[in-house]
Amino acid sequence: MIRLAVVSGKGGTGKTVVTGAIARICTRSRVMVDCDVDAANLELLLKPRILERTDFRGMEVASIDPAVCTACGICIGACRFDAIRTHGAAYRVETGRCEGCRVCRMVCPAGAVSMQPRMCGQIFYSETAWGNLVHARLAPGAANSGLLVMEIKKLALSRNGDCDLMLIDGPPGIGCPLISTITGTDHALLVTEPSVSGFHDLERVVRVSRTLRTPVSVVINKHDLNPRISGDIRKFCRREDVAFRGEIPYDEAVMEAVRNGRPVTEYHVPASEAITTLWDDWSRELW
Amino acid sequence: MKITVASGKGGTGKSMVAANLAWSLSGSGQVTLVDCDVEEPNLHLFFREDPSTGTVVTVDVPCIDTNRCTRCAECARFCAFGALVVTRERVLFFPEQCHSCGGCAIVCPAGAITETPRPIGRITTRGISPSLHLVTGTLSEGEVLAVKVIREAKEAAGTGEWVIFDASPGTSCPVVETLEGSDFCILVTESTPFGLHDLALAHDVTIQTGIPSGVVINRSDGKDEAAHRFCEEHEIPVLAVIPFERKIAEIQGSGDLISRRNAAWYDRFQSIGRLCRSLVEGA
Amino acid sequence: MKICIPAKGPDSGDLVDERFGRAPYYLIHDTETGETRSYKNPAAEAMGGVGPRAAQFLLDHDVNILVAARVGGNALEALKAGGITILLSEETGGTVREAITAASGGRLREQ
Repeated sequence: MIRLAVVSGKGGTGKTVVTGAIARICTRSRVMVDCDVDAANLELLLKPRILERTDFRGMEVASIDPAVCTACGICIGACRFDAIRTHGAAYRVETGRCEGCRVCRMVCPAGAVSMQPRMCGQIFYSETAWGNLVHARLAPGAANSGLLVMEIKKLALSRNGDCDLMLIDGPPGIGCPLISTITGTDHALLVTEPSVSGFHDLERVVRVSRTLRTPVSVVINKHDLNPRISGDIRKFCRREDVAFRGEIPYDEAVMEAVRNGRPVTEYHVPASEAITTLWDDWSRELW
Repeated sequence: MKITVASGKGGTGKSMVAANLAWSLSGSGQVTLVDCDVEEPNLHLFFREDPSTGTVVTVDVPCIDTNRCTRCAECARFCAFGALVVTRERVLFFPEQCHSCGGCAIVCPAGAITETPRPIGRITTRGISPSLHLVTGTLSEGEVLAVKVIREAKEAAGTGEWVIFDASPGTSCPVVETLEGSDFCILVTESTPFGLHDLALAHDVTIQTGIPSGVVINRSDGKDEAAHRFCEEHEIPVLAVIPFERKIAEIQGSGDLISRRNAAWYDRFQSIGRLCRSLVEGA
Repeated sequence: MKICIPAKGPDSGDLVDERFGRAPYYLIHDTETGETRSYKNPAAEAMGGVGPRAAQFLLDHDVNILVAARVGGNALEALKAGGITILLSEETGGTVREAITAASGGRLREQ
């Protein structure tokens, strides 16, 4: 199985559009994974039918029993995450800030702290017209998104490990969820756009991929919106020895396809043709 | 007045709104703009000034005195993150797993663990004009403790007449950390199913944190009915609708600001700021 | 010599669990006494760093051989540093007893 992650650094450059487009035209057996668990959008294009849902439990969370707590304040001094707050005389754990390290439970002289399971969201295993989709919904404001990413990738591997391709729609950024997404993948496709922000974020995601030793290649989406910066990005790729995969033109039909909840490769439009050519060429390299 | 600019979906124009808002408001008041998108900070790209100060953000990680260590492995059994493993001969430490809770140093019966700072990012400050300052938090590549860098960026910004925080995309802990203590949240969306879907998620976070919000619809092609309907149903004021124009995309894409280039946009962003203030003070 | 098999249940008749860090039970077989003891994995329900924590559990119980599917990352480094040999389990769906027989019979490949 080849594991491909579509990522970008900067948000909104077209990761999900590209992932959905490839999912539609790929001729190999495939499983899709939406690792942008904060704001999962791939389902809006692939129209999954949910087969199974399971709760996702994150790190445990501390809880203070007010009947036992003597309000000595030792836990507040020991907590590095500023997760214990006073409400009048009562001590309470701010669930959203608690990392589940258990230091408060260790230092509490009264034994008032216990660790409780924490529901952080749901994991879905679904079917679509183009293969299975593993996706998730992180509870609003919840922590542990990196862990959730690991969980859904593992689920996809255990259920659909016999597929030729695992196609991952990644999160923006370069932190915890991104690192969890590209760890263990064979390749990361970096979707960028020709803006100073897009370029700047691309450079950072290239460097992070290097520290993780994940091979990468670059595609410029909406390349004609700023030909000068597109040229700079191509130069950057040559200089840094990063594979350049291709360019997708700005195409109003993309927004229309998204509005219709369809992968853009269902239409014969310039953006769709560019992605199809890119994928056909790449497929020949991969298999 | 503290305003967070957030979005759920990435690339809807948070940084554009935050930077233009800050630039316009600094014409008549003191403004601190804070880049809390520490994974991919971009605001400095719109202001070419060099940073005037820089500090390193560190977290404390264990440092083991091998002479005192008895390999009892109490630290490894305590660590909830699997950052320590103790064999008969030595202690293995996996720094990327460490959350810097300090538990290992407390639990060690031999007093063999002290803590030592490990850099994970930096905070830089730029004076853009006498009335506008930019504070940027940057998470180092390969690091994961974004929340810690955000917290220090916010501390460095302090308080002021206007403090504007640019949040990261998403709805998880970095956004919550950025929002904490804000008076108001501007949610920037685009009129696509993606934008709307994620607007709903981001709005949930503002409800949970109890922060009033308003919406800016960006890159509008005129088909904004669904976004307006959502705002009406949830009683969220629409603060502005910014059209999609290649010209705006070009200005923004090349690192400039529409409010710096165009007096009408300057006035519009000022009025967005005033509207936020009146919504907070009227509440 | 002690052989550890991650398992779905507490008995030697139970199935092997391919997940090293997340297996609910560890069965540890002592080849000298012929005795097999069952332990609940304390970190089975935990979320973070389960691999290294499982490795620590094995080190705490003086395990010499682990039979598992391929192990990676920090867990692998920790097991190696602790001198624990990893033998790759043959096929999925076998019982703990079968895995012990295969491991003691020298039929399994080292990772």
